[in-house]
Amino acid sequence: MSEQILIIGGRVVDQAGERRADVRVTDGRVAEVAETIEPVDADEVLDASECVVSPGFVDLHTHLREPGREEAETIETGSRAAARGGYTCVVAMPNTDPTQDSVSVVEFVRRQGEAAGLCDVRPSGSITIGRAGEQLSPLGELAAVGVHLFTDDGDGVQDPLLMRRALEYAADLGVVLAQHCEVKRLTEGAVMHEGRCCSTFGLPGWPSIAEELMVYRDIELVRLTGAPVHILHLSTARSVDLVRAAKAEGLAVTAEATPHHISLTDELLVGYSALYKVNPPLRTLPDVTAVRAGLADGTIDAIATDHAPHAPETKEQPLDQAPPGMLGLETALGVSLAHLDMPLADVVAALSWKPAEIAGVADLHGRPVAPGEPANLTVFDPTAEWEVVPARLASKSRNTPFIGIPLRGKVRHTVLNGTATVLDGEAMR
Amino acid sequence: MTNSKQVLGPDDVRRAVTRMAHEIIERNQGLDAVALIGLQRGGVWLAETLGSEIERIERAVPVGSIDASLYRDDIGLRPVSPGSVSRIDFEIDGAIVVLVDDVLFTGRTVKAALDAITDYGRPSAVQLAVLVDRGHRELPIRPDFVGKNLPTSTDERVDATARGVDIS
Amino acid sequence: MRHFRSIDEVGTDGVTRLLDLADHMAEVNRRPNPKVPALRGKTVCNVFFEDSTRTRLSFETAAKRLSADIMNFGVSSSSVNKGESLRDTIETIAAMGVDAFVIRHGSSGVPWQVEQWTDAAVVNAGDGWHAHPTQALLDCYTIRTALHRTGGFDGLKIAIVGDVKHSRVARSDIRAFTLLGADVTLVAPRTLLPPTVDVPVTTDLDDVIGDVDVLYLLRMQRERMTESLVPSLREYTARFGLTPARAVALPEHALIMHPGPMNRGVEMAVDPGELPGAVITQQVTNGIAVRMAVLFELLGSGTELEDDE
Repeated sequence: MSEQILIIGGRVVDQAGERRADVRVTDGRVAEVAETIEPVDADEVLDASECVVSPGFVDLHTHLREPGREEAETIETGSRAAARGGYTCVVAMPNTDPTQDSVSVVEFVRRQGEAAGLCDVRPSGSITIGRAGEQLSPLGELAAVGVHLFTDDGDGVQDPLLMRRALEYAADLGVVLAQHCEVKRLTEGAVMHEGRCCSTFGLPGWPSIAEELMVYRDIELVRLTGAPVHILHLSTARSVDLVRAAKAEGLAVTAEATPHHISLTDELLVGYSALYKVNPPLRTLPDVTAVRAGLADGTIDAIATDHAPHAPETKEQPLDQAPPGMLGLETALGVSLAHLDMPLADVVAALSWKPAEIAGVADLHGRPVAPGEPANLTVFDPTAEWEVVPARLASKSRNTPFIGIPLRGKVRHTVLNGTATVLDGEAMR
Repeated sequence: MTNSKQVLGPDDVRRAVTRMAHEIIERNQGLDAVALIGLQRGGVWLAETLGSEIERIERAVPVGSIDASLYRDDIGLRPVSPGSVSRIDFEIDGAIVVLVDDVLFTGRTVKAALDAITDYGRPSAVQLAVLVDRGHRELPIRPDFVGKNLPTSTDERVDATARGVDIS
Repeated sequence: MRHFRSIDEVGTDGVTRLLDLADHMAEVNRRPNPKVPALRGKTVCNVFFEDSTRTRLSFETAAKRLSADIMNFGVSSSSVNKGESLRDTIETIAAMGVDAFVIRHGSSGVPWQVEQWTDAAVVNAGDGWHAHPTQALLDCYTIRTALHRTGGFDGLKIAIVGDVKHSRVARSDIRAFTLLGADVTLVAPRTLLPPTVDVPVTTDLDDVIGDVDVLYLLRMQRERMTESLVPSLREYTARFGLTPARAVALPEHALIMHPGPMNRGVEMAVDPGELPGAVITQQVTNGIAVRMAVLFELLGSGTELEDDE
């Protein structure tokens, strides 16, 4: 609840470029950005030495689990994890129970996010009622209360006719439909990527074409309907190629990739630990390389965590019975800087203003660090090397696959609407 | 290896074997029901050699071998590796079994061999023939036929073959 | 050797050592009283999440012949059905004092997952599609004794026929036979093979049958019919089954093997009792000797003996 914050000693990185500057925040907005600002009556001085000051991160893809699976995460604990990870805004996925397919549930999620006060929680809506893939959700009603992104994530819309109708209907609502690309008939029983490893490990495989077929289909539906589509968690080399070609033709396709798909491969399943089970699965090194290249050349617009908390006992089941999904909010920066060979500004773009644009929150988040702009900021040390300790995560769950993986880049402070939600790595609420 | 000292040469061994063969025949007043069983692995050559000598002096007797590693009382305490598979082609019930080993030390291997033999049948008697008795018994086991008594210290190592007996 | 969960876990040396040990155990089994006190005081727990009377009995017999104590934990009578997690089940049993777990589970990988919850030795009695290493051992032992191949399987031609994709027996056999030097060929339609395969493959059984030393038939489950993997059992038998015509085409010395239980009329379309090369019952007998060897190796120890007694 500070009125004035001073961020001292860092270098600002935003759409305009990179410059050494101090930043003053007053009443929720950036008030001054200058080479040196003297602390005067400031309530709070944030040490940003060695750090980057950037627009706050925006996650297009977070599972907050509430309502319905509060044993794994709540909107409050998820918001805290997001803030710790440098996020000022997250798009909450709709595969809750009940599904985010009605105004009442969406409003509930939004209110819980406001009450937690740690992150701007923007609920997404499902494309179909109950994500059952049969009947359209009330897209217009939900858009009218501010829902910008619609997805059946957890599943893809299997019926091509239904997806066509959804795109045609949504075309003039100014919203974006996002797809979890998976042709379910090709992945029944699958536990990991289909390839050499699954043959050796004796596990049913998830073939790459199950994703690529739907990527291809939705690109063609974009061509047909003119409505935009955002592809969630792209994971295969061929998927990246398809999106690259679509963009070259000027089609309204955007895409995201997760930190785990740019850093981990299917070989990690050798110990049969369910910590490495995820949908879409960890793939091969050529796929990882292609996804990294896709981020580097802008084919893939955003890094999105697909933060998927699961209570520990669920991950201690036999591999085929364990639910898929990994934590991601608190390690996204550290994994991205450690594994992407890209200019720092481009990584920040992929974490911040590019997803802000896709999420429809670019009026408040991902703004340039300039006087008058809303103060949603992240202060992070881009060279800090660290390792994740599951017990010290803010998330309620512990299913992170990054144990023992060296991370580079750590959030020091996060500022939401002019108030520090994270100070020196610790959440303020 | 460098500290190895030979205490019995090949001729000494040969003479000891001949003497033991005579003793076995005399003690049992003939060879009725007598059978030799060599302990894996060190006693097998000696059982065969004794068997040949007995045959030369009087007549052939059955010779077998037994691996007692599955009967040891120290399984899990020290490394165990079975030698060749036990081979007993004759009836144990009612036999006078002469158990043959190269070196008698703590007596535990002999006890394990006794347990193993009784799983094949009920001998009418079991006698023990060893080339070398080096002392330091930990069980009440005593040999009936001895090639040589050789006092040693526990940290010494005794190797006995047809080529001689060495202490190191 | 700490655990025995897959052939690759113990390698060629481990496999050879276990086969040599099995000779001793086979000798024990030939005695009137087939019992030795080797594992007295040790406790072995059979934890079978999947029903399998024959494998469980084989392990139980093996443990008893080594004088070990046996505990049996079967899923139908267990608290797993009441929602107890895998971890809790293992930790509870481990707390009762167990030296070795023998685990069979319908999910691949369970024998590796449980390692973090117990210090006991783990023996894999079959995990999902992945591995069944004691079966592979007894298959190797059967071939070794029937064809007098104590020095390895160099040059031996082995054809494995059938549903390799879903078969943990096949996966372990392929590894074991290959490590011992055999030339393994798989005979199956693409739909019944894993996505990648490291040995030669053919769909023409008649092409290879005249030349094999060992014909290994896998079980073709009737349940596979609903998954569009083969059009019909009749077609499977016609293309991949051991029919009377194929039985005649086999070389005289060739062994015919099957992991059991057999689907008569499907993969085995002749009466094995009339095939002189069929060693299926020997496989079962050898299973006990081989499992005794595994338990002894894990719960005794196994390095060079010093002859100083």
